[in-house]
Amino acid sequence: MNQQAGFSRRGLLKTSLAGGFVLAFHWPVKAAPVNEPEQPPDHPEGQFAANAFIRIDKTGKITLVMPQAEMGQGVYTAIAMILAEELDADFSKVRLEHSPPSDKLYGNPLFGVQVTGNSNSIRAFWDKLRAAGAAARMMLIEAAAQQWQVEPTSCTAADSKVLHAASNRTLSYGDLADAAAKVPVPEKPELKDPKTFKLIGKPLKRFDTPNKSDGKTIYGIDAMVPDMKFATLAQCPVLGGKVKHADDSAAKKVPGVRQVVVLDDLVAVVGDHMWAAWQGLDALNVTWDEGPNAKISSTDIWNELRAASGKDGAVAKSEGDVAKGLTQGERFDADYELPFLAHATLEPQNCTVRLTPGACEIWTGTQVQTRAQEYAAKAAGVPIDKVTVYNHYIGGGFGRRLEADMVGSAVRIAKEVSTPVKVVWTREEDMQHDVYRPAYRDTISASLSNGKIVAWKYKVTGSSVLARWLPPAFQNGIDGDAVDSAVDMPYDIANKRVEYVRAEPTGLTTGFWRGVGPNNNVFAIESFMDELARKAKMDPIAFRLGMLDGTPRLKAALKVVAEKSGWGSPLPARVGRGVCAQPSFGSFIATVVEAEVDDVGAVHLRRITCAVDTGIAVNPDTIAAQLQGGLIFGLTAALWGEVTIEKGRVQQSNFNNYRMLRIDETPPIEVHIIESGEHPGGIGETGATAGPPALRNAIYAATGVPLRRLPIDRAAIAVKKA
Amino acid sequence: MTFPIKVNGTTHTVDVEGDTPLLWVLRDVLGLTGTKYGCGIAQCGACTVHIDGDPVRSCLLPVASIGERAITTIEGIGATQAGASVQKAWLDLEVIQCGYCQSGQIMSATALLAKNPHPDDADIDAAMAGNICRCGTYVRIREAIKRVGGEA
Repeated sequence: MNQQAGFSRRGLLKTSLAGGFVLAFHWPVKAAPVNEPEQPPDHPEGQFAANAFIRIDKTGKITLVMPQAEMGQGVYTAIAMILAEELDADFSKVRLEHSPPSDKLYGNPLFGVQVTGNSNSIRAFWDKLRAAGAAARMMLIEAAAQQWQVEPTSCTAADSKVLHAASNRTLSYGDLADAAAKVPVPEKPELKDPKTFKLIGKPLKRFDTPNKSDGKTIYGIDAMVPDMKFATLAQCPVLGGKVKHADDSAAKKVPGVRQVVVLDDLVAVVGDHMWAAWQGLDALNVTWDEGPNAKISSTDIWNELRAASGKDGAVAKSEGDVAKGLTQGERFDADYELPFLAHATLEPQNCTVRLTPGACEIWTGTQVQTRAQEYAAKAAGVPIDKVTVYNHYIGGGFGRRLEADMVGSAVRIAKEVSTPVKVVWTREEDMQHDVYRPAYRDTISASLSNGKIVAWKYKVTGSSVLARWLPPAFQNGIDGDAVDSAVDMPYDIANKRVEYVRAEPTGLTTGFWRGVGPNNNVFAIESFMDELARKAKMDPIAFRLGMLDGTPRLKAALKVVAEKSGWGSPLPARVGRGVCAQPSFGSFIATVVEAEVDDVGAVHLRRITCAVDTGIAVNPDTIAAQLQGGLIFGLTAALWGEVTIEKGRVQQSNFNNYRMLRIDETPPIEVHIIESGEHPGGIGETGATAGPPALRNAIYAATGVPLRRLPIDRAAIAVKKA
Repeated sequence: MTFPIKVNGTTHTVDVEGDTPLLWVLRDVLGLTGTKYGCGIAQCGACTVHIDGDPVRSCLLPVASIGERAITTIEGIGATQAGASVQKAWLDLEVIQCGYCQSGQIMSATALLAKNPHPDDADIDAAMAGNICRCGTYVRIREAIKRVGGEA
């Protein structure tokens, strides 16, 4: 591992010398002139607002408020499509707006709070957004019908206009805005017949991408507030440690440094720009109180986790008689292990803060607007309603921005500074003070008879993110996320038992990571399925197809991917195809990865094929993009991802030692979308979950080595020298 | 110290230490925030700008080393023919997801296509492997470059 010892930024500096649609940003202050958004702030007063999602003003301008956060997954476009579809709005002219924090108005119906995660946006908001659009449409039609003194049922709507065909009269939504505002909100909005959808189901262009192609988009890290200073921070290198003493004499001599802030758990340097702050931080001489975690290593944590996995767990699912079933047929056992992972969002953590007497404003990109507001209020010591949150497009969330620690620390720093301040974490700080994807150990036992599984006993051992993040959701010792895709595994097995053992790692805080619980469970289940298929001397896809009668949508996806991937056709030596079938997040996805393992154990991805039934595909191009990207996210982790701890310190620090997949390592990826009229499923997490087991099974096919741990162990799959 | 630097055709005089990387001068001093900070060690390419047309990682480029050479950033690249073509292809193929790396991707792709109008897969690998996309948009980046190159 190329660690950062001796890795000098200054040394690198010396050697590098060779080297149509805009969003309203709720921008209340004059920003730096170059990055001021083009769209002026909107003033909601006097507009027709049928609900919290739609506003129409007298000029016909339609503003759609986005309840979820846009972090690249395309959700703003999909939400706008659903609202505009039912509203019969002219889609080319709607404008989008980030939502302010409000669980009441913008809470995710599946969580009850304002959260963008778990691939829940479209599947949770589908009915609510359709009803919101339909209600507004009905009110506009009612307003027009009243004016014309005709029956509302004799009117139709299209392209932001109401039409009375019999008399050939039209009124625009702008003309109707005042009158529609006086119409009662319909109790049961009449939804469209999906057969008449004009927008939903089409690969429409995204709203957010034009400004992302020319540098205009403002991410949280780009916020500029008048008189703002720039700060960067350091927390104790040992997880959980505190500041003992900080000698700031050298730091204060760094040109451009304005202030050194020393808090209980962190130090920050404030300067005229990030570089000054960073140089100041490097010059700051901090003595840390390393605390109780200074001796912890990965070895200790894994020993604890393995010991915990020997215990009986809380029973999350029990069907039939597993103990008896395991005695019938031939029994097999295996254990799978997955490591801690960092999120490594390309936009490092950041938050800009302006404090005024009794109030606090923050500029950031967050997946949890109300949680960010709460953290800021607590840190600032002001009531929640005195905190204004300006949310932004997010430069990668992946679960990291389901946390608000970066908001709390920024506000605490800002309290010591007389000007507004932008706090930006260095990449190293971001990677070494993440909330990490839990390490998991899964133990499985199964019995096999006549090519079918008779009994299946599955136990997950790992940290509970949910117990920390949403304590009321942790009930009876069971973390519903940690057993997701295990309790509802898709195969027809009469005797099943799923257990969960909560085991918290000493020192580390764990968090949600793209793919969440299913990321672990789909890997273990699908890896073991391949091992069982081999024991049964059956083709891995044929083996799965024989036990999928109860999950016909997954069975159909598996058949499509078999055909499209050329499954079964001859391959060269040390090249294999591996499959993954998953029923996760309300979508049914089958994936085949084709990979080569060379003599030294390096893995080369050759081709990926994916078949997905995600129900109604609101924007099929987004579905394809999310799978392409999600697969790369998951494969990156499978190939390289592991956060390790020595002496209480995270060993990985930047992209030189926490590797990302790059373009020259990326194979062609085909996504086949299966036509469906079912309720929309989730998609953002799914590729991340599908990639690792499919790759692991491809390596199994290519080498015969049944890997049971990630990341992939090259030495185990290299050609052994005699 | 003060340094005159020419960015997107306009000369600015900036008052910073000479070792200040161009990235922070662009972002924090000039307010040109389209160029992104991702790693600070030339591993991710999010900070890529052009110096006299060559792609350079601005996170490690001291402002004092630039002199009179022309700096082009994502805010200015659309004024070049190659830059405009790349931006159009990026939107036509809907390459972008979170978008945070895409300024750098577009700058690297534009530099490639300006010098090599018909790059093959190996050329694309060589020119683009220094740019990380955490959302994993690589398949579409390759396709978009090929489209500009007239191959797709």
